[in-house]
Amino acid sequence: MRSSHLQWLLAALLALSGGPAAAALNVFATVPEWGALTEELGGDKVKVYTATNPLQDPHHVEAKPSLIGRARGADLVVATGAELEIGWLPLVTQQAGNPKVQAGKPGYFEAASFVPILDKPSRLDRSEGDVHAAGDPHIQTDPRNIARVAGPLSARLAELDPENAAYYQTRYKAFAERWNAAIARWEKEGAPLKGVAIVVQHKGFTYLIAWLGMKEVAALEPKPGVEPTTAHLSEVLATVQRQPVKMVLRAAYQSDRASQWIAERAKINVVVLPFTVGGDDAAKDLFGLFDDTVQRLLKGLQ
Amino acid sequence: MSKFIWLPGALALAMSVPFSAWAATDADLAEIREQIRQLKESYEARIQALEQRLKDAETAKTKDAATTPAPPVAAALPATSSASGIAAFNPAISAVLQGRYANLSQDPSKFTIGGFAPGGDIGPGRRGFSLSESELAISASVDHLFAGNLIVSLTPENTVSVEEAYGIYTAAPYGMVPKFGRFFSGLGYMNEQHQHAWDFIDAPLAYQAFLGSQYTNDGLQLKWVAPTDQFLELGAEVGNGDNFPGSMRNKNGVGSGVIYAHTGDDIGASHSWRAGLSYLQTRAQDRQYSQFDRAGNNAQVGFNGTSHVAIADFVWKYAPNGNPLYTNFKVQGEYFWRRENGDFIYDVDGALGLTNTSAYTSRQSGWYLQGVYQFMPYWRVGARYDRLDPGHVDYGTNAAFLDAPAFHPERSTLMVDYTPSEFSRIRLQWGQSKTQVGVTDNQLFLQYILTLGAHGAHKF
Repeated sequence: MRSSHLQWLLAALLALSGGPAAAALNVFATVPEWGALTEELGGDKVKVYTATNPLQDPHHVEAKPSLIGRARGADLVVATGAELEIGWLPLVTQQAGNPKVQAGKPGYFEAASFVPILDKPSRLDRSEGDVHAAGDPHIQTDPRNIARVAGPLSARLAELDPENAAYYQTRYKAFAERWNAAIARWEKEGAPLKGVAIVVQHKGFTYLIAWLGMKEVAALEPKPGVEPTTAHLSEVLATVQRQPVKMVLRAAYQSDRASQWIAERAKINVVVLPFTVGGDDAAKDLFGLFDDTVQRLLKGLQ
Repeated sequence: MSKFIWLPGALALAMSVPFSAWAATDADLAEIREQIRQLKESYEARIQALEQRLKDAETAKTKDAATTPAPPVAAALPATSSASGIAAFNPAISAVLQGRYANLSQDPSKFTIGGFAPGGDIGPGRRGFSLSESELAISASVDHLFAGNLIVSLTPENTVSVEEAYGIYTAAPYGMVPKFGRFFSGLGYMNEQHQHAWDFIDAPLAYQAFLGSQYTNDGLQLKWVAPTDQFLELGAEVGNGDNFPGSMRNKNGVGSGVIYAHTGDDIGASHSWRAGLSYLQTRAQDRQYSQFDRAGNNAQVGFNGTSHVAIADFVWKYAPNGNPLYTNFKVQGEYFWRRENGDFIYDVDGALGLTNTSAYTSRQSGWYLQGVYQFMPYWRVGARYDRLDPGHVDYGTNAAFLDAPAFHPERSTLMVDYTPSEFSRIRLQWGQSKTQVGVTDNQLFLQYILTLGAHGAHKF
C-alpha cells in the first residue's frame, strides 16, 4: 500500500518536472533581437520567451522570479554574451535548477562569440565608467552581425531538435536569402549617411555607425553608463558647434532630456532609434527594425 | 587565528602585480604606448581580414545548398577569445569596503530588546567613526558539476569570519538545486541578502529579535524549482543548529531544520513580486543571558528547549516599463512568529542564591514594513517601521521572580542614499528606536559602501 503511494508520488513528480519532450523547443531569449531571430529560424517549432522588453536598459535587469521560472523550463537560452547580461543571467541559470542551460552546455548560446567584437577597452578600470571588458556587446545594431549569428543559431536549434533539422535548415536558407537582399537594400538606401558626423547618448551604436560609415564625434554620457552632467554636456555642445554635426542618436529606453538639451542649443536633430525589435511601432520584426532605423537616420539628415 | 595569517600575505601578493606596473618610468610608458598602438593596428588588420573571410564564407555558404548550416565563423575567430594561460581560470573576486559614522543618543553597550531574549549580532553598533565589516568574495565554477562561493568577512576588530562558504551541484536534474556548506538560510526575504545589499544600514528589529540579525546554516539545502511558468520554489535545509535561536549542542544528527516556499511573477511590464512562507525549527541548550527580575536584580537566566520560527514575506517592485534606471519603487514586509518551549532556569549561576528551574512557553511575534523610492537617477529615499509584540510568556514557577513582558518595542527609520554607479553608495539614515521601556534612542548614521572587482549579480 505504502510503496504504491510512493510510486504514484514519484510518477506525479516526474510528470510535473517535464517528463517526455514537449512538442516545441522552449527558448529563453535575453533580449528582443534574439527572440525575433529565433522565431524567424524556428517558426512554429519553437516557443520563445523574451526576458526583457525594448524599453528596458539591458544592463540593468534583476534576477526576477519570473525570469527564474521561465529559465526552469527552457531547452535553450539565447544570450548576447560579451558581459551584457553579466548582472543577472548567471544568477538566473544557477537558481533555475536547469542543467541544460548552464554556460558551456548546448542549451546555452552566446551570440557575441560569432561576431567580431568592437571597442575592446585598452584600459580596464571602473573609473572609465561601466566598461565592458569583452568589448561593446550591442552587436545587434549591425544587420551583418544578425546574419553571422543566424547560421550558428540555426545549427544549434537543429542540434537540440534533430528531428526537425531539415525544417530549421530550410528556414535558415530562406531567411539568409531575404536578409542578405535586405542588407544590400539598406546599404544602398543608407549611402547618403556615409561620413556623416553624429553624437550619441550612450555608446550603444558602435556597430551601426561602423556599418553605415558614420562618424561618432561625441557621447552625451561622460563615461559609459554614467548619466550626462551639465558640465559634460557643455563640452559636447562646444564640440558640436565647432564642426557640422547632423544629429544626436538615442535608444528608445533612454531619457530624452540630455538629447533634447543639446539638440535645441546646437540646432541639430534628435533621432530616437528603436535599438531592438519592438523599440517602436515600425520595428515589429528584424526587417522592420532596420527599415525603420535607416529611415529615421535619413530623416535626421534633413 | 593563526590560520588566517596567509590572508594578508596572499592579498599583498595579489596586489604586487599592478603595483609594479605603476612604478614604470616615462620611457617605459612611451614604449608601452607604442606596443599598444602596434597591437591595435595588428588587431584591426586581423579583424578586417577576418571580416573578409567571413563574407567569403557566407557567400560560399549561401550558394552551397547541400551542407547543414554549420557555424561559419566559430573557427575563424580565435582572436576574440582573451582567456589564456593559468590566469584564465582565476575565479571572480570582489571586495566590499564599508565604513560609517554613528551618532547615538543612548549608550549602545546597554542595548537590549525589552522582553526578547538576545542573541546573535544585534544592536546599533558603536558610536562615532568606525569601519564596518569588509567582505571578500570569491566565486567560480568548480568543474562541470559544481560551483563554489566563499565570502569572508573581515571585522573592524581584526578578526576574520566565514560568512558563507558553499558549493552548489549544478548538474542536478528535475529542477533540483542542492547546496552545501555554510550559507545564509533561504528563509524569509532579506535573510539571504548580504548586509551591504540591504536598503538600510541595520537589520529590522524582527530579524534581530528572532534570528539574531541573520540566520546562517552549516549543512545542506535542497531547493526544487517547479516546472511552471510562474516561479515556485520549495526548499528544505538541515544544519547543525549552532546559531541563535538555537545553540551548539555537541551531538550527532540534525540540529536545525528549515522549510520554505517562494513564489513570484510579473504583472505587466512594470510590476514584479515575490511572496513566501518559511519555517525554522531548532533547539537551544543553556542559552544564557542576563535579565532584570522583579526585585531589580540583574539575574543570569538560561533556556533549554525548542524554538519554532515562522515567517511570511512579500516584496513588490515597480519600475516604469520594467526599466528601473530613472525611477523605481519597492515595498517589502515580513511577519515573524516564534514559539519556544522547554525549561527556563532562573539565577543559573546561583549569584542570588535563588536558582529555580521551571517549564517555559513563549509565543511572540513581530514585523516590519519598508518602502524605497528612487525619485531620480542615483537618488533614493526610504522609510521603515518596525514593531515587536511581546505576546504571551509563561514562566511557570519562575513567575515568582520574573514579570511577563508587556512592552511593545518599535522603531521608525528614514534614509536617503546616493548611488553614483552600481559599485558605490553613500547613505544617510535617521532612526528613532524604542526598544526598552521609557528609553528612546535617536540614531543618525552616515555610511559608505564601495564594491570593487567582479561585477556582482542583481538579486531580486
